Amino acid sequence: MDHNTDISAPHSMGTTIIGVTYNGGVVLGADSRTSTGVYVANRASDKISQLTDNVYVCRSGSAADSQIVSDYVRYFLHQHTIQLGQPATVKVAANLVRLLSYNNKNFLETGLIVGGWDKYEGGQIYGVPLGGTIVQQPFAIGGSGSSYLYGFFDQAWKEGMTKDEAEDLVKKAVSLAIARDGASGGVVRTVIINSEGVTRNFYPGDQLPLWHEELESHNSLLDILGAPEPMSI
Amino acid sequence: MATVAESERTLYPYVTGSSVVALKYKDGILMAADMGGSYGSTLRYKSIERLKPVGKHTLLGASGEISDFQEILRYLDELILYDNMWDDGNSLGPKEVHSYLTRVMYNRRNKFNPLWNSLVLGGVKNGQKYLGMVNMIGINFEDNHVATGLGNHLARPILRDEWNENLTFEEGVKLLEKCMRVLLYRDRSAVNKIQISKITEEDCTVFPPFSLKTYWDFSAFKNPTAAVDLI
Repeated sequence: MDHNTDISAPHSMGTTIIGVTYNGGVVLGADSRTSTGVYVANRASDKISQLTDNVYVCRSGSAADSQIVSDYVRYFLHQHTIQLGQPATVKVAANLVRLLSYNNKNFLETGLIVGGWDKYEGGQIYGVPLGGTIVQQPFAIGGSGSSYLYGFFDQAWKEGMTKDEAEDLVKKAVSLAIARDGASGGVVRTVIINSEGVTRNFYPGDQLPLWHEELESHNSLLDILGAPEPMSI
Repeated sequence: MATVAESERTLYPYVTGSSVVALKYKDGILMAADMGGSYGSTLRYKSIERLKPVGKHTLLGASGEISDFQEILRYLDELILYDNMWDDGNSLGPKEVHSYLTRVMYNRRNKFNPLWNSLVLGGVKNGQKYLGMVNMIGINFEDNHVATGLGNHLARPILRDEWNENLTFEEGVKLLEKCMRVLLYRDRSAVNKIQISKITEEDCTVFPPFSLKTYWDFSAFKNPTAAVDLI
């Protein structure tokens, strides 16, 4: 992308966010690292925010921008629900997100994934990247960590997964992204939304699978050392 | 040079569509575009529909920033709605829609806040075929065949050579496919998932997406340095 910008600090969308539809609903997932430059400001953030009872949004990019957009959308959706007399649809929520993102495209730096369930169309995922395009997709990935997941999803994604298959896919994907993206880390949070309701899950870093060149964790070296003699190198 | 605040002008596109190619044929207009939405150099979205019917008589194809294209479709929904509400038997044809869009694009350009698109408009009304183009700085014109972006450099020379007034539907499709194949070989942001659509006096059809075969079976490709080895 050719920007003529004289901003010296690098822009990074420090996050990995995922939304996946399955046979009956959606699974949203995210890492939990919020970084300011190289410092990890919050190692246990919750990037999956609630918009209504049945619609959630995964936030990436600027923390401030994504929070203010989801706060406004929550506010508008609340009023909309009262006026409508029934739960808002996922499409309406996603379009509200798009409106704010598009009309303020010069100011905002946030990519969002809106996911939820409604009685008309079932589980749906909408991506709203930078610029305010809205794209309905069977699955969506976003944030800086997503660069490492395009190939993974091209290979691993399939239509008509069960709830558990979908959640496993999301967990695996976020953990793969965390392994390679410095701006992603911490725990994996997932939110499952279907006709029965919403389930939040939490998978701490030490419970995630290990990938290439990663080692099992221990409390201390001393726990591993069998004999007192040191290794000769 | 800009007399408006930096924050009030669009600086650069984010999610972009690549070329659109279109030509007039015997019964109307044929238009083609791939279904890619690029995010910089990443081929991020592969199912974006960039060809859309507008009202009864027009087909709109867009390249450039997808969010701006989606906004343009909303403007056109409103335009067509108000047109229908007159309920007077008249309906906006492709020439009128082109004129409307040209005004929109040019006025945004004058405010230094362009809609970052190149648009192709085609249609048939009362037996008259129309094919035109308008881009983000308001340049607009009509022609027998048009293209946006790299299509101008790669597809139009082919069309200048091989287009004629009396192309059948089959010949038109084959010609468009030839252009799209070249774009697939030579345009970095092309994606092998293509939609062709046609509009005639009677109706407008956007055909389902398909992929084109590509050809790599050449001895010069298998052995590019064969000539060198002979020395």
